[in-house]
Amino acid sequence: MLTVFRKEIAAYLGSLVAYIIIGIFLLVAGLFLWVFPDTAIPDYGYAGLDSFFNIAPYLFMFLIPAITMRSFAEERKEGTFELLATWPLTDWQIIMGKYLGSLAIVLLALLPTLIYYYTVYHLGAVTGNIDTGAVIGSYIGLLLLGAGFTAIGIFASSLTKNQIIAFAIAVFLSFFAFSGFASLSNLIALQSVDTMIASLGISQHYEAVSRGVLDTRDLVYFLSFSALFLVLTKTVLAGRKW
Amino acid sequence: MSICVEELTKVYESQKAVDKVSFTAQKGRVLGFLGPNGAGKSTVMKILTCFIPQTSGKATVNGYDVNLNPIDVRRCVGYLPEHNPLYLDMYVKEFLTFAAGMHKLPDKTRHVARVIEHVSLGDEQHKKIGALSKGYRQRVGLAQALIHDPQVLILDEPTSGLDPNQLIGIRGLIRELGKDKTVILSTHIMQEAEAVCNDVVIINRGRIVANDALDNLQVTYPGKGLEEIFITLTTAGQK
Repeated sequence: MLTVFRKEIAAYLGSLVAYIIIGIFLLVAGLFLWVFPDTAIPDYGYAGLDSFFNIAPYLFMFLIPAITMRSFAEERKEGTFELLATWPLTDWQIIMGKYLGSLAIVLLALLPTLIYYYTVYHLGAVTGNIDTGAVIGSYIGLLLLGAGFTAIGIFASSLTKNQIIAFAIAVFLSFFAFSGFASLSNLIALQSVDTMIASLGISQHYEAVSRGVLDTRDLVYFLSFSALFLVLTKTVLAGRKW
Repeated sequence: MSICVEELTKVYESQKAVDKVSFTAQKGRVLGFLGPNGAGKSTVMKILTCFIPQTSGKATVNGYDVNLNPIDVRRCVGYLPEHNPLYLDMYVKEFLTFAAGMHKLPDKTRHVARVIEHVSLGDEQHKKIGALSKGYRQRVGLAQALIHDPQVLILDEPTSGLDPNQLIGIRGLIRELGKDKTVILSTHIMQEAEAVCNDVVIINRGRIVANDALDNLQVTYPGKGLEEIFITLTTAGQK
């Protein structure tokens, strides 16, 4: 598994794609946080990173599928999946190697955003006047959300040989998982079970973690969410017909 | 018997790609797996390397069942898939080290140096695989299959697309390897089978139409070359 993990990271960092995707993510996040007046922190008046954590899930919806789309789709298109699958590895080792490899790149994209915390920390009217606990909670929430989206992306990539299709499926599934359930729960027809449906969606759990309250229920939700999509990936790979 | 296939059947949706195929391959011999395109050669090889599962029947490699002990099977098999898929953006040495890592070999550098020497890749070892010619890529594929010094080699059309000089080199290498390993190679070039193989299995439309030592086959069909025998056997059902 470690060999697959290392190869994945080397492949991402060896190509320009990862740098461009991470660069665009940071650029867009930077624009929203510091330039665009509707969401910019300097115009907001409070020393907080709330606007970053509000837009980050939507940026992740595009960033993560762009990272994960090649993982299985490319191997299948080039035929190299046959090599991987006939080396002495289990399907799980391949999946986890690729999953953790992609997740590491997501982490790498997130790392430079810590500078926002540092900046806001020093920009506060009284230096250090920022709710550090909430920021830590939000970062944990973002990490868990990233882990879930990465699992979706890996699953989407295993479905097809075409990276663009993998990307589109992953964006849709991520969007639906994030806000689809919450929106569905607003349907009048579903009002009797609205809280149940809303709690299926990521957004409710993400917001709960972001408040700085680390509840085991949210943790279990995120872990089982990722696990579900990884198990689905395993099922797709096990039924290979190509 | 290092490879034992019994009544192997593979059905793709409505089409029977492999129909009750049985044969054995022995150590120290090269078995040629012959058949027209689409006869089911690659499918049998994919089942033997645990890439796809069979619909029914049984296959064992070195005593390990492909369904029950897939990891053990893969450990003792070196496989060169059809079309030789490779990571084109990796360097030759990097790729072979990666393959060695997959087999958890303790001394990767030594194994990589050994196979590079074995398939004469010395001059190209620092190049990107994508920059190599087809003949050299084929050698990289072969080097990858040999990295863990496997007892069983399964080569799917190892010489397709090579020029005559490269053909002679690769065939010589396969003969050499066949002396102390079990080798199965698929091809539809009869001269190649005659030059390299000890045993021959001819498969047509998923069924075995001949399974014998090359010498015996030539006794059974006196005066005929392998090519004529092949044509006789593979067109017999169509007439």
